[in-house]
Amino acid sequence: MRSALKLRLSKWLFRPKIEHGSIVLTQRRIFILPTRQGLALVLLLIVMLLGDINYSLSLGYMLTFLLAMMSVLSMLHAFRNLAQLEISAGRVEPVFSGETARFLLHFNSKIPRYQLVLQGRDSVCFDLPAGRNSEIIYPALATKRGRLSAGRLTLYTEFPLGLFHAWCYLHFDTWALIYPNPCASAPLPIGETPDSTGKRSVTGDDDFAGLRNYVSGDALPRIAWKAYARGHALQVKQFATQLGEEIVLRLTDAPEPGLEGKLSRMTRWVLDAERQGLRYGLNLPDSELNAGNGTAHRDECLRRLALYGLSDASPNPP
Amino acid sequence: MNKQLIYGLLLSVLMVIAPHVIHLPLWVSALSACLLAWPAYLAARGEPLPSHWLLIAISIAATGGILIEYHSLFGREAGVTLLIVLSTLKLMELKTKRDAMALIYLCCFIIITNFLYSQSLVTGLYMLACLLIISQVWVQLHMYPGPFKTRLKIACTLLLQAIPLTVILFVLFPRLPGPLWGLPQDAFSRSGLDDMMSPGSLGRLALSDAVAFRVAYPGPPPRRDQMYWRGPVLWNFDGRTWTQGKSVQIFSAQLSDTTQPISYNVTLEADNKIWLFALDMPDSLSIPYRRMNDAQLLNPEPVTTRLRYQARSYLSYHANLLESAAQLQRALQLPAGFNPKARRLAANWRANGSDSRIISSALGFFNRQNFHYTLDAPPLGLNGIDDFLFTTRAGFCEHYASGFVFLMRAAGIPARVVTGYQGGEYNAFGNYYIVRQSDAHAWAEVWLQDRGWLRIDPTAAIAPERVEQNLSAALPDNTVLPFMARNPPQWLRELSLNWDAISYQWNSFVIGYDNERQFAFMNRLGLASVRWQALSMMTGIALIIGLFALYMLRHLISLKQDKTQAAWLKFCRKLARSGLPRLPYEGPQAYAIRVCIARPDLAVSIKTIANRYIALRYGIPQPENTQRDFLQLVAQFRSSAN
Repeated sequence: MRSALKLRLSKWLFRPKIEHGSIVLTQRRIFILPTRQGLALVLLLIVMLLGDINYSLSLGYMLTFLLAMMSVLSMLHAFRNLAQLEISAGRVEPVFSGETARFLLHFNSKIPRYQLVLQGRDSVCFDLPAGRNSEIIYPALATKRGRLSAGRLTLYTEFPLGLFHAWCYLHFDTWALIYPNPCASAPLPIGETPDSTGKRSVTGDDDFAGLRNYVSGDALPRIAWKAYARGHALQVKQFATQLGEEIVLRLTDAPEPGLEGKLSRMTRWVLDAERQGLRYGLNLPDSELNAGNGTAHRDECLRRLALYGLSDASPNPP
Repeated sequence: MNKQLIYGLLLSVLMVIAPHVIHLPLWVSALSACLLAWPAYLAARGEPLPSHWLLIAISIAATGGILIEYHSLFGREAGVTLLIVLSTLKLMELKTKRDAMALIYLCCFIIITNFLYSQSLVTGLYMLACLLIISQVWVQLHMYPGPFKTRLKIACTLLLQAIPLTVILFVLFPRLPGPLWGLPQDAFSRSGLDDMMSPGSLGRLALSDAVAFRVAYPGPPPRRDQMYWRGPVLWNFDGRTWTQGKSVQIFSAQLSDTTQPISYNVTLEADNKIWLFALDMPDSLSIPYRRMNDAQLLNPEPVTTRLRYQARSYLSYHANLLESAAQLQRALQLPAGFNPKARRLAANWRANGSDSRIISSALGFFNRQNFHYTLDAPPLGLNGIDDFLFTTRAGFCEHYASGFVFLMRAAGIPARVVTGYQGGEYNAFGNYYIVRQSDAHAWAEVWLQDRGWLRIDPTAAIAPERVEQNLSAALPDNTVLPFMARNPPQWLRELSLNWDAISYQWNSFVIGYDNERQFAFMNRLGLASVRWQALSMMTGIALIIGLFALYMLRHLISLKQDKTQAAWLKFCRKLARSGLPRLPYEGPQAYAIRVCIARPDLAVSIKTIANRYIALRYGIPQPENTQRDFLQLVAQFRSSAN
């Protein structure tokens, strides 16, 4: 009963408030409570004080008061270690499901700060130098495709004496795009596509047809690095089969039974098609993407795969 | 655990237990040294800590050793020893942050135990240094392995900031009169005069430099040969040892014909004894005391802390003119059968004349018969008084007092031995006298009709220098005496007196600050009630912490905002009210462009304000009136002008 009440109280007190932009840790955001060790020190000080009274130890009084005042002041130092710290969320690179998303946070501090801990499911411990913008990466394991939010992070410090736990909550509206996990290697669905001009083996793709000048967006594996190294301009290898060759990757072509499995297969196809320099399009039940090529096209394909069938609502908590 | 951290903890433990080595049993010191060296060696070699079972075995063995040594695990000595062994053992199982914190707390506690033995200024300063080292390690425990300088700076800041707060608490924190529970018997054992005297007991005290008490005379001090500090009075003699015996309390002490009153302040060192020393003949003290029939002044309980009192005495007096017959009978008691020669001598004197004649013959006997005043008196046999008076003829004040009182009693004059201190050393730097244990003395009192109890110092008859100057003047040059009882060179003496003057101030204002002195001080400040005292303490603490907070956060909270910036923010708020808030990523230019498109009716004034703002804030320094104009423009700006 009491614990339930406590939980509700803390839920209300620390109710999540999602923020954007940059936040400054004002005193209303910072909470301070003594730690277990702080309470132990109180006990020690009481025992010391009893000893001082009993044995009339003037210097004992002095030491007891000195320790007590040092611990009170350590609360002030702990508060100062967080106070007026400016934090903003930076961009997050998309990753595949199963990898670690790296949330970037910018910290701006006028004074040096020590031993700050950023804690969510994982925790990162760092110091901040004075008068500089510092970037801290908070890693979060992505387990599902879609949007991954960093969730509510706790920034806390027990500096300098470990007697007080000063903390604040950071809940930014930032999220990481998580692509589906590409399945193990699978052949591209070439030949089964109605658009193709007949059956061709995948090896036929490698018939070298010549070089043309590089246009931005060309696939990196197709660049003639050897020619470039010889001092020629940046050129792209062209293959006979590629000319006019387009494939469309369809969700329905994936043989897996479940949706996630199909998306996983599609992801593999997109990656392989891009690596092989094919022009590829995407056909999903709710959206279609014309054939294209290059990193920007690949990323768009992956994004659609990542978000397929998901509502635009709030991102997944970690 | 970090190697540097282990060394820091080792140093902390070493520093706090080092002063204890003086009174620890040798085996504990050796064990502690080993237990300190072992983890240091392991840390240096990077080897793992020893197994849990080994530590348990060592701690059981050490506890057993302490139990055998002290017959208890409680009490001061045993408790302190146990704490020290525990702290060194804890060093061997430093695994987590919690272990290190426990060790740090233990170190702080051991500091306090040091104060049971000494609260001198030097101890205080040394312990402050210990605390600095401990807090440095403490900070290190909650920091990345940063540079030592940063850690030391943080520890110093904490400590220095805590000092003014500590002073306030020290002065104003309501003090309780201790003790709360019975002090263990061994809480404060110091040397001092005892309730018995046997040959050699005062001689042993003469080898101690320890201060017995200090005296300040507000008026002119008495003559040196009048400085007899009265302590235990001994009545019973068993042939070798003088003891107090059982007092027959019929009359209380009476003083009559008193002249030459003198008042003075005594600061008595804790000696775990009950006597309160005052000049012969004491009249009254400023603290509660019990006065015996023989003018001993007793504290209600053993003196375990430094005690200050004001006393009043009469240098000239008649004491107990009407002494009870029972008491006079006690003052004539002698063990039957021993010392026949001394008895014969006394009987001869008795046959020859009056009391005063007998006394002068006795003093003359000491004076003429080639007696020596010496610290190493030869041992005495079964008839101790005879041996001393007729054979060895060498002794310290207790021999003379004892011999004299024996002769008096044998001659039928009531007499008793009085022990106490005689003289003292003047400290010109603090204008007070230091009375040391080496000033311990014994003399005699005889009871005469019409005169009462009369002080007679037989030592003065043999070695008048002892009474008129000091011990070293009276003793042969080759005697081994404590440093201050010898005559050290002038500069050394001055240095030492200077130091004693500082210690005296320290003792009376810092160490002696107890609930009574606090009460007196609070009355002087006008904070008579405890409530006011607590209130002013809280206020003082809050005020200082507030000042520290302001100082520490000064870089973070800009109390004075730039006027231009404030006006710009006001302008943004005005626009926000009409539904065009500035977005977090927008600079003034981008914002102005967006707002101009949304509100073409305000475009001119918005552009002007934005351009002025950019020029004022980011451009070259502008003439003074530019800012004024800008402020005015913002003030006049109306977002709802349409």
